[in-house]
Amino acid sequence: MTEPTALRGRAEEEAARLPALLARAEHLAGTVLLGDHGRRRAGLGDDFWQYRPVQPGDPSRTIDWRRSARGDDRFVRQREWQIAQSVMLWVDQASSMAFTSDDKKLPTKGERARLVALATAILLVRGGERVGLTGTLLPPRRGNNQILRLAEFFSRDDDSDYGVPEHRAMIPNARAVFVSDFLGDVSEVRLALTKAADRGVRGVLLQILDPTEEAFPFQGRTIFESMGATVRHETLKAGDLRDRYRQRLAERKAELHDLCQRTGWQFETHHTDASAQSALLWIYRALDRGTS
Amino acid sequence: MTLGAIGFSAPWLLLALVALPILWIILRAVPPAPIRRRFPGVALLLGLKDDESVTDRTPWWLLLLRMLAVAAVIIGLAGPVLNPEDEGATAGRGPLLILTDGSWASATDWADSEESIDDLLAEAARQGRTAAVVRLTSPEAPVFQTPDLWRSRLPGLAPLAWAPSEAQMEELAEELGDTGFETYWFSDGLDREGRGTLLEALQDRGPVRVFEGGAPVMGLKPVTFDDGAVTVTALRAIPGSEREINVNAHGRDPAGVMRILATVPVTFGSGETEATAESRIPAELRARITHFELAGARSAGAVSLTDDSLRRREVALIAGREDREGLELLSPLHYLQRALEPSADLLHGALTDILPANPDVIALADVAKLSEAETEGLTAWIEKGGMLLRFAGPRLAASDVSRDSEDPLMPVRLRAGGRNVGGAMSWGEPKTLAPFEQDSPFVGLPVPEDVTVSSQVMAQPDPTLAERVIARLSDGTPLVTRKRMGDGQVVLFHVSANAEWSSLPLSGLFVQMLERLAVSSAVALPEAADMAGTTWRPVRILDASGTLSTAGTLPGVDGADLLTLPLGPNLQPGLYEGEDRRIARNVLDAEASLESYAWPASVPVEGLSRVEETPLGGWLLGAALMLLVADILASLALSGRLTGPRSGVAATLLLAAAVTLTPAAPRAQDTTAPEETGDDALAALATAEVVLAHIVTGNRELDDMAQAGLKGLSDTLFFRTSVEPAEPMAVNLETDELAFYPFLYWPITPDQPTPSAEAYAKLNRYLRSGGMILFDTRDADIARYGSASPNGRKLQQLAAPLDIPPLEPVPADHVLTRTFYLLQDFPGRHSGGTVWVEAAPADAQLIEGMPFRNLNDNVTPVVIGGNDWAAAWAVDSRGNPMVPVGRGYSGDRQREIANRFGVNLIMHVLTGNYKSDQVHVPALLDRLGQ
Repeated sequence: MTEPTALRGRAEEEAARLPALLARAEHLAGTVLLGDHGRRRAGLGDDFWQYRPVQPGDPSRTIDWRRSARGDDRFVRQREWQIAQSVMLWVDQASSMAFTSDDKKLPTKGERARLVALATAILLVRGGERVGLTGTLLPPRRGNNQILRLAEFFSRDDDSDYGVPEHRAMIPNARAVFVSDFLGDVSEVRLALTKAADRGVRGVLLQILDPTEEAFPFQGRTIFESMGATVRHETLKAGDLRDRYRQRLAERKAELHDLCQRTGWQFETHHTDASAQSALLWIYRALDRGTS
Repeated sequence: MTLGAIGFSAPWLLLALVALPILWIILRAVPPAPIRRRFPGVALLLGLKDDESVTDRTPWWLLLLRMLAVAAVIIGLAGPVLNPEDEGATAGRGPLLILTDGSWASATDWADSEESIDDLLAEAARQGRTAAVVRLTSPEAPVFQTPDLWRSRLPGLAPLAWAPSEAQMEELAEELGDTGFETYWFSDGLDREGRGTLLEALQDRGPVRVFEGGAPVMGLKPVTFDDGAVTVTALRAIPGSEREINVNAHGRDPAGVMRILATVPVTFGSGETEATAESRIPAELRARITHFELAGARSAGAVSLTDDSLRRREVALIAGREDREGLELLSPLHYLQRALEPSADLLHGALTDILPANPDVIALADVAKLSEAETEGLTAWIEKGGMLLRFAGPRLAASDVSRDSEDPLMPVRLRAGGRNVGGAMSWGEPKTLAPFEQDSPFVGLPVPEDVTVSSQVMAQPDPTLAERVIARLSDGTPLVTRKRMGDGQVVLFHVSANAEWSSLPLSGLFVQMLERLAVSSAVALPEAADMAGTTWRPVRILDASGTLSTAGTLPGVDGADLLTLPLGPNLQPGLYEGEDRRIARNVLDAEASLESYAWPASVPVEGLSRVEETPLGGWLLGAALMLLVADILASLALSGRLTGPRSGVAATLLLAAAVTLTPAAPRAQDTTAPEETGDDALAALATAEVVLAHIVTGNRELDDMAQAGLKGLSDTLFFRTSVEPAEPMAVNLETDELAFYPFLYWPITPDQPTPSAEAYAKLNRYLRSGGMILFDTRDADIARYGSASPNGRKLQQLAAPLDIPPLEPVPADHVLTRTFYLLQDFPGRHSGGTVWVEAAPADAQLIEGMPFRNLNDNVTPVVIGGNDWAAAWAVDSRGNPMVPVGRGYSGDRQREIANRFGVNLIMHVLTGNYKSDQVHVPALLDRLGQ
């Protein structure tokens, strides 16, 4: 049984974090104008799509009499097909995401990941899509409440060292956004992606890296530890490892990219010293491309 | 153990240096401590192997740094000493005699000598020897005692201002006793009679070592004065290369401060020991010189005191009649002039012109009547020490000066007419002079037989006559009489100054008499025989280092001894004063010469300079510390912590180190500079635009309100008028300059401090120069005329020292009512209170047809009221009023009127009575009409 006051305190703490994340995410989302959100084809929707001549079989109540009265032909007014997509998010909450090389200037990778993911969610919800988490925790729904729920789930940390993509309960033909540093075991990612591809789920992988993880600016005798201190590696000359580390990182990226191409996903690397907006725009575009 | 000039107190520790190479190898082998880093990318590193199995070695230079640090520690702990004292070399046995010359020439090196002697005594004490210290200038039989006793007495053995005489050295040689001892002789190096004898006597007792200072011995002969030039002669003991030194003439400047009055450069030729230079120093300057001194030499021998021999007395010659052009031999001044010319500076001119020049002597030849001003001036001058020398003559004899009562400027009363003896119309022979009496200043002068007097003025026999006569004729009648007045004297020669009345001016006796009277100053020193029996009092004496001091209670010296006796304890060099002149005894006389003494080859001669022991351990340990700090920095830099992601801590450490290492002194300068510029910036800000200001009361709330109020007023002015004030400022009366501000708002609160006197002076200056202060008691003037409310009382107290003109309530036609807006009341947050301004002049009349009177021309320096205007003007940062005024529309109206009053007030401050000039408009229009 948790002490009520302590629970209250923790809840307040959590709640205090939530609006900040929400506000920043809203702000970030506000920078992207809602544009061509439609499916670019006639269908069920609110927006006018086109007039087309009546074809046999069209119910007469679909005829747009006002348009038809201008000429001899009768026209049917078609609306743009607006269909709600389900988008599933997975944000790596593992402790490796809590890394930042500079407390003051750079956000942690996790912060950036949550921000970008939540902003994406907001954008999608505004676009009328259903957004949820992968797995069974939070199935896709629409509406602003869903954003609150998402924010709440994003605020939870995971104790494991490296995150494992959640690939259970994937809704067929849905879209997915995976945000992580993808420094852990790549086979899990492969498993998730192949599983997703099996179910017709396409999506994007956003790899978020700290600048030091890219540049490896270390020298001298060093013991490297993972954030959870479960993995460690000691070297006598850190400077000598730089090239090989960067080569491995490039291999990892190439592998992920390759995996994405094969499964119809899209891959991008984002660094925490770049602006969050660039990542958001990329996700937005990528999702957009994926649908057309 | 010594290594060159460096010795070690713990040399065995140096063996530890052997361990350095081992340390090197160990340090090479041990890798630097690893750094722990949290790094998610470690997953990618897994399995990567280092290329070399050997560690990332510490770089060689870092190793070297550490080696140096360790070596510095080892060597530092081994106790290195620079110039260690070699105990063995000076070790001796038996008693030790330390002999110092103790002469003036030793004074230059005395500080070094004293230290050396102290060291030697300390060493002797360590070695358990007894010691004695003897000063040759005051020799005593050597008493061998514990050296520590002598060490405490050492300051009393400073050199004396004379040189050891032969007799003193012989005396010491006899008193040496029979026991053997070792001798250290601290010599000044000058050759003196008896030095060889003493040296032999010392060498009989034991070994002798001689210490001589390195400073060259130089001296200054007495300065002489010939033909208007001062001749300076400097001596040196060792003939060396060519060298120029300065001789400074010291004396009091007109303000009475001792300073260098003149500098005479003297150049020793190469290989010469004597150098002479001449310098023409103006008489006024010369008279003030007290002594000459060789620049940079600190000894009595380098000082030459001046006495009267350098002085030429100034004698003013004034005759009763100068109209006998061409008849020079009959001029009353001719013989005086000839007698005085060689030894005195003569002045000619009117008496009133000469008196301010303050001559030593004024000679009046046959001058009878003196004007009142002249009499007064002369009397004052005589009483300050002047000497009035009068000569009789036909005019004096014919006048009735000092006839019935004694003239203050005559020594005696005179009978009418005088007398003639031995002339064509008289009986008797011309009179000769009687021998001089014992108490006469002329005593001892031979009386030539051929000096005769044929005419003279006769003194009335008065009770004081006998004591005033200093020379008589053979029949007993006074020839020269003298009267003392204050510090000076009046001397009357009862004959004329030319040869008409007597042959005295033609004789050598005349000159001698003038000399005795100190009218003319004798250039040559008097003969010893002449001085016998006179007593000379020491005035100032020289000590060995050449410092002049007052003689104190030293006994007087016989005149003969003063000139002949060698200097010693009984006759110290210095300035001696006799009855009417001063004689200086200098250390070196005119015949002196300096020669260095050639010590026999058997005597070792050493310099005084002892190299100080300098322990180096501390420096080395400090250096080790610095090296270790450098090592820390280098290690941090190497491991990337100085610049890498975690550099924050390192930077802090570095900063802390830098703060502790850098001296804090320069910071004070840093802080003062911005302050000044801040002041200047403030002044520039306050003067670039019109700035309203309020006086800081110390009450935070009130000051804020005043600031807000002035802000509101500034805004109002900005929007409505062409006055565009900058941000209002707060003015501290004590520290800030007021002149920059045309207008000061001064809210009154009972608890504000009363300004200081300086602040009031500033305020008054401000009010007089056209500034205006608005006093606001903020109490709605409930008390009427102020004094009953605390604010009112405070205002009275504050304003009491201010220069405020009479006040009156603002009259209806005051210019304040129309400088911008037409107003009749001046509300603030309160309304209706009386507002006081400078009263109109009493003669201000309302002229028929004029709307208002022609009032005073100036800006009223103060406006006093209690309507709390600042509150009505106050706006916040968004321009909204801060304090509610009144109610509803009437409140808004009241605020508006308050703002208008503010505008009017500032307009009044800035434009003065400009609007009052409209009073002339009808007249102007009238003229234009014509």
